[in-house]
Amino acid sequence: MGLLGLRTFRHGIHPPESKDDTSGLPIRQFPFAPLLIIPLGQHIGKPSVLVVQEGQEVTRGQRLARADGFVSVSLHAPASGTIRKIGLTPSITGQMVTAIFLEPFPGSTQEIAGGKPCPLDTSTPDEIIAAIRDAGVVGLGGAAFPTHVKLKVPADKPVDTLIINGAECEPFLTTDHRVMLEQRDDLFLGIRYLQKATGAKRVVIGIEANKPDAAEHLRAGLNDDPDISVEVLTVKYPQGAEKMLITALLGREVPSGGLPLDVGALCNNVATTAEIGRLLPQGRGIQERVVTIGGPAVKHKGNYRIPVGTPLRFILEHVGVDPDVNRVFLGGPMMGQAAPSLDIAITKGTSGVVAFTETEAERTHQQVYPCIRCAHCVDVCPIFLNPSQLGLLALNQEYGRMADEFNLMDCFECGSCSFVCPSHIPLVQQFRFAKKAVRKAKVS
Amino acid sequence: MSKTLEIRTSPHIHSGHAVDSIMFNVVLALLPTTLFAFYVFGLAALLTLSTAVVSCVLTEFVAGRLLGKPSTLGDWSVVITGLLYGLTLPPGLPLWMVVVGGVIAVGLTKSLFGGLGYNVFNPALVGRAFLQAAFPVAMTSWVPGFAEGRFTTLPSSTLTLPFTAPVYDAITSATPLSAWKFDGLATGSRDLALGFVSGSAGETCAVLILLGGIYLIVRNMMNWRIPASIFATVVALSGALYLVDSTRYASPAFMLLSGGLMLGAMFMATDMVGSPLTPGGCWVYGALIGVLVVVIRTWGGMPEGVMYAILLGNAMTPHIDRLIRPRVYGSKRA
Repeated sequence: MGLLGLRTFRHGIHPPESKDDTSGLPIRQFPFAPLLIIPLGQHIGKPSVLVVQEGQEVTRGQRLARADGFVSVSLHAPASGTIRKIGLTPSITGQMVTAIFLEPFPGSTQEIAGGKPCPLDTSTPDEIIAAIRDAGVVGLGGAAFPTHVKLKVPADKPVDTLIINGAECEPFLTTDHRVMLEQRDDLFLGIRYLQKATGAKRVVIGIEANKPDAAEHLRAGLNDDPDISVEVLTVKYPQGAEKMLITALLGREVPSGGLPLDVGALCNNVATTAEIGRLLPQGRGIQERVVTIGGPAVKHKGNYRIPVGTPLRFILEHVGVDPDVNRVFLGGPMMGQAAPSLDIAITKGTSGVVAFTETEAERTHQQVYPCIRCAHCVDVCPIFLNPSQLGLLALNQEYGRMADEFNLMDCFECGSCSFVCPSHIPLVQQFRFAKKAVRKAKVS
Repeated sequence: MSKTLEIRTSPHIHSGHAVDSIMFNVVLALLPTTLFAFYVFGLAALLTLSTAVVSCVLTEFVAGRLLGKPSTLGDWSVVITGLLYGLTLPPGLPLWMVVVGGVIAVGLTKSLFGGLGYNVFNPALVGRAFLQAAFPVAMTSWVPGFAEGRFTTLPSSTLTLPFTAPVYDAITSATPLSAWKFDGLATGSRDLALGFVSGSAGETCAVLILLGGIYLIVRNMMNWRIPASIFATVVALSGALYLVDSTRYASPAFMLLSGGLMLGAMFMATDMVGSPLTPGGCWVYGALIGVLVVVIRTWGGMPEGVMYAILLGNAMTPHIDRLIRPRVYGSKRA
């Protein structure tokens, strides 16, 4: 419990929320770009396998690629059009990945092709899970982990509580906020699907206290359902991280290296849940998602429903950017990744596009000093690691020791330590690098 | 849109806290205490403090040059060292001794250990400890505060030539601690709190030191647990002794307000580099210092023990950090 009796976790930071510019703006439909770039691997796991070919004409909502194995999902056409090319395109990490280049038909009505509906009342849990996979649903909060994989609950680890994550603790992002306000029916229907698929009886929706209208709106729609509750959380980053949310709402700790299932919980983001409620009754797949376009360099900030595959360049030209733009990143400023090129496309996991001008960027350009052991990082780490010590070990490339003695692998890279470090040491970056090195060493 | 985009790793925003601003604020927090020292001891304090700061800054500059490192003067940390060092010295200390201690403080304790962030011990205190060992008499000769003509004349000891014994004016005065230790005389709490006593340049006024510390704590630039732990331990331990025999042992209020405890607990024990990282570690570290202060003052040969207590605390810091670690989220008790 935090101040004012709100639920929360221990440690964490209070970055400026920067949400006022877009939180009041309703979701608007974004136009189709002249060319959509749709990577086959938009999720964690194996990339989808193509079921279309170059030159083929496709209908909006038609399946373009199927899941390859269990940890994989389908991919659907975001627009009716012609497949111009299947080839390589840069991804957010800078690597080249295979993508479908789709040219939407100009002037088409863009009606959506439906598939086999999955009615809530008559479908079995396995049918729902299969339908979610066929709909191409992944975690829309940013992780893009295939949702159906989480829902397959093993018999020996029953889920008693389904947590719906409406914390949205990343600064600038307001998509979940808008979805809660505008898609309440979809959200509640999605919750029913998830309850049925997992057998979870209790449902808790966690919302940070800076979205009182959303909490009020959802509460008003509960109709005295005793199984679902809306809990208001302290505004604190990273409140929306799965582990922190479970601790805040249920008082349980996910064991190191374990899953929420180990403590009888399962988390899903509100946008993901609403999308399930929107897609499954018609048997449709994901073709678009809600994205916050914001940051001081953007002229027409807002929340837009953007077709998957829309290139950044098209988005920024459409909303207008300050000529002083210096940095564009996908996701929020705490965990989002800087775009190496404007030819990168929006994927299912993109929750925001934030653009900074040089003024904002300069604040992170400070001189790097040695660690002065101020312990600010120790005071904010939500996992109770010792980033100061880990940072010193990283300088000496003692990655093994970082993992064995100082719990490096429990770091989920929230960035709180880097945010507070007065020496401007790139701690998270060092830890990312070290974690990769440790994983590599384990494999070989 | 033809501009180059910058690629950086997350997070893309920062709290705005910076080393140089923290250090500068520590200097600001010491300003009231420094000005009060000028007021009480006049020219003697002014010369002692400026010599201390200048010798420390010059040492860092020269050491940086010799080691081929970029200048580190801009981070303000050496100014803090110089200022703290000067504040712990008796005003009237021969200036050449001040210079020797300053060179030792920065050169030996900080520069040779790798500069900012790498020193094990508090540089200011090492400088002082060196002088205490080398010049025990000069380091315990106290000019009285509020002397007439203090703004126009210097104590004769100040300008003593190097390697000659300083000559003291007839009047040197006892500090509250030495008066208690050697003569059994207690000084009133009001005089101690407000600084109407004799002592090192910057240790006399408890209230101003406390104000500076509170300013830093409010700005999240100082770990409040360390002074809190030191004060609590000192009060508890000396209080227990006082209850046993109030004629033999000093009162907790006297223990708390006299000598260098306030300055040491607020500004030197809290030196980030030499103190533990975890909250639990800070409590233990503070308690350790508190116990040592009472033990040295009560049963030691010297009237004052804050300096050695903190240096011993510094020495224990790596061990405290190794032994006291918070339980990592999701793990079993370490």
